Amino acid sequence: MKRFSWFNATTLTLGFAFLYLPMVILVIYSFNESKLVTVWAGFSTKWYGELLRNQEFLDAAWVTLRVAVFSSTIATILGTMAATVLVRSGRFMGRTLFSGMIYAPLVMPEVITGLSLLLLFIGIGLDRGVFTIVLAHTTFSMCYVSVVVSSRLSSFDRSLEEAALDLGCSPFAAFRLVTLPIIAPAVISGWLLAFTLSLDDLVIASFTTGPSATTLPIKIFSAVRLGVSPEINALSTLMIAIVTVGVITTSLITKRASVAQQRDEQAAARAT
Amino acid sequence: MSQTIFAPWDDPNEKPLIQFKGVTKRFGDFTAIDNLNIDIFEREFFALLGPSGCGKTTLMRMLAGFENPTSGSILLAGQDIVPVPPNKRAVNMMFQSYALFPHLSVWDNIAFGLRRGNASKDEIADRVEEMLRLTRLSKFAKRKPHQISGGQRQRVALARSLAKAPKLLLLDEPLGALDAKLRQDTQFELMDIQEKTGTTFVIVTHDQEEAMTVASRVAVMDEGRLIQVATPSVIYEAPETVYVADFIGDVNIIEGTASQSGDKVEITWAEGEMPIRGTTAKTFAPGQTCHFAIRPEKVTITTERPDSANMLQGRVIDIAYLGNLSTYHVKLPNGTMMKAQTANTRRLANRGITWEDDVWLSFTDTAGVLLER
Repeated sequence: MKRFSWFNATTLTLGFAFLYLPMVILVIYSFNESKLVTVWAGFSTKWYGELLRNQEFLDAAWVTLRVAVFSSTIATILGTMAATVLVRSGRFMGRTLFSGMIYAPLVMPEVITGLSLLLLFIGIGLDRGVFTIVLAHTTFSMCYVSVVVSSRLSSFDRSLEEAALDLGCSPFAAFRLVTLPIIAPAVISGWLLAFTLSLDDLVIASFTTGPSATTLPIKIFSAVRLGVSPEINALSTLMIAIVTVGVITTSLITKRASVAQQRDEQAAARAT
Repeated sequence: MSQTIFAPWDDPNEKPLIQFKGVTKRFGDFTAIDNLNIDIFEREFFALLGPSGCGKTTLMRMLAGFENPTSGSILLAGQDIVPVPPNKRAVNMMFQSYALFPHLSVWDNIAFGLRRGNASKDEIADRVEEMLRLTRLSKFAKRKPHQISGGQRQRVALARSLAKAPKLLLLDEPLGALDAKLRQDTQFELMDIQEKTGTTFVIVTHDQEEAMTVASRVAVMDEGRLIQVATPSVIYEAPETVYVADFIGDVNIIEGTASQSGDKVEITWAEGEMPIRGTTAKTFAPGQTCHFAIRPEKVTITTERPDSANMLQGRVIDIAYLGNLSTYHVKLPNGTMMKAQTANTRRLANRGITWEDDVWLSFTDTAGVLLER
């Protein structure tokens, strides 16, 4: 162990304070009795109760949840397919270009993605609403899924799939019965990642939404322009909680999967 | 009572189970298999032997259906199987890495192939139990692959590939991952299982001892071609080329020029040395270059001058002591190194020959083989 040093302790504290102080303040004030956000008047959970009676927020939450579930599910299916093809197909003309194009939306500014999708939806005359947000979210979260899944697939032993074919599986059955169960942890963490990304997206959603569908981030953003209310604090606290749970679950799944993989590899190494 | 020897390859009426007809496989510019023809018969234990990169694994993967030949046809029981996908072939394969499904128990691994057919639940259960008994795995049925040892995993892989009772079982370096002792036991186990089930086995290996032990016939391959296909004893005792003689076991090769009379040949090989006397069924032109190959165990080493068809004098340079055997490296006056092997029937202290001793090497005129190339 390294010796305790004041310098290290200070740096660490400052760093974490910088990262988490704003959120801590938000969480604390969500339990504030007073209607004034900046004045502490005692502990209360009344804003959470208030939130549950606010139909607008509940509607927005329902829209957000539906969008997140649908878009992350579609993104997971498409992302897994893309990853499988890119890892498996070996070298073909333009492979680098294709894999680059899959990952490009990761670094594309959200405003650009949102704007181009908006133009597309107007162009093909699609009514904007929940459906268009789902499409938009699928578009950008698919890349994240395919990154996670392809990193798992690249270490996947091809002979397992060949063994399944050899034992009488069709290629699709081999994927479903052998490949998918083995890469499942990566697929699940890809889904959770897509889900959290969709949950907190504001920019792309506001470009692609219509009057009928307001997601929570949009709702919060527009409510804050009229002044921060303790209700918003309560809502934000809940969202932080959900995202935290999602991220922790993802990292636990990934960790467990890598431990299991390591254990399998060690077992294999013992046999040699 | 006469016992018939299993040798369907000598019977012209026997129909081969597998036929490779002019099979060529190219990967880009690289020719992995070059216009190859083999017949493999039912109930054979056929070994493909060769150094890595000789095309033996490609040959096996073509049988399994994972690779298609660039040209030529592969017949299984008279039917061309090239267009048949791997999941429709009555061929199963045991993979080098075993490729056990890590998320399934031993039981489910073995049942995997059976569940793809239309067997009933009871039939599947019976067959799996039978396989577990055959491979002595009944105790481990509920374990996952990572909870059993390497040898047990090897047996699970074997049970899984045998469960569907394939016409042909392919084994890709099946014992490569096992240590020497376990490998020997498993070789005999494999032969036993092959006999019990009556399945045709094709095994790929780079271990010549393994091929010799298990196989009914061995095919020695090099650079995509078959060099010699024969029973282990023929491969060992009567290799056709220097390559085969050198690849299988230990051998002394002496290059010289032949002069033949009848089946007797005299090989002139060095200044000041007596010509080597050998016998051959082949014909050599007078003065033709030939190679005389003799196994070290057929060379006798003595301190006294022996009385034999061929006698050479030399000095012991090195002794490799293997426990049951000792190999003596003897340097002849012209610098040629010869190996002679003796069984250590006496204990160490009683043996007379040691380093720097002058010795006689001798062998009969039928002990070696004469090779053209």
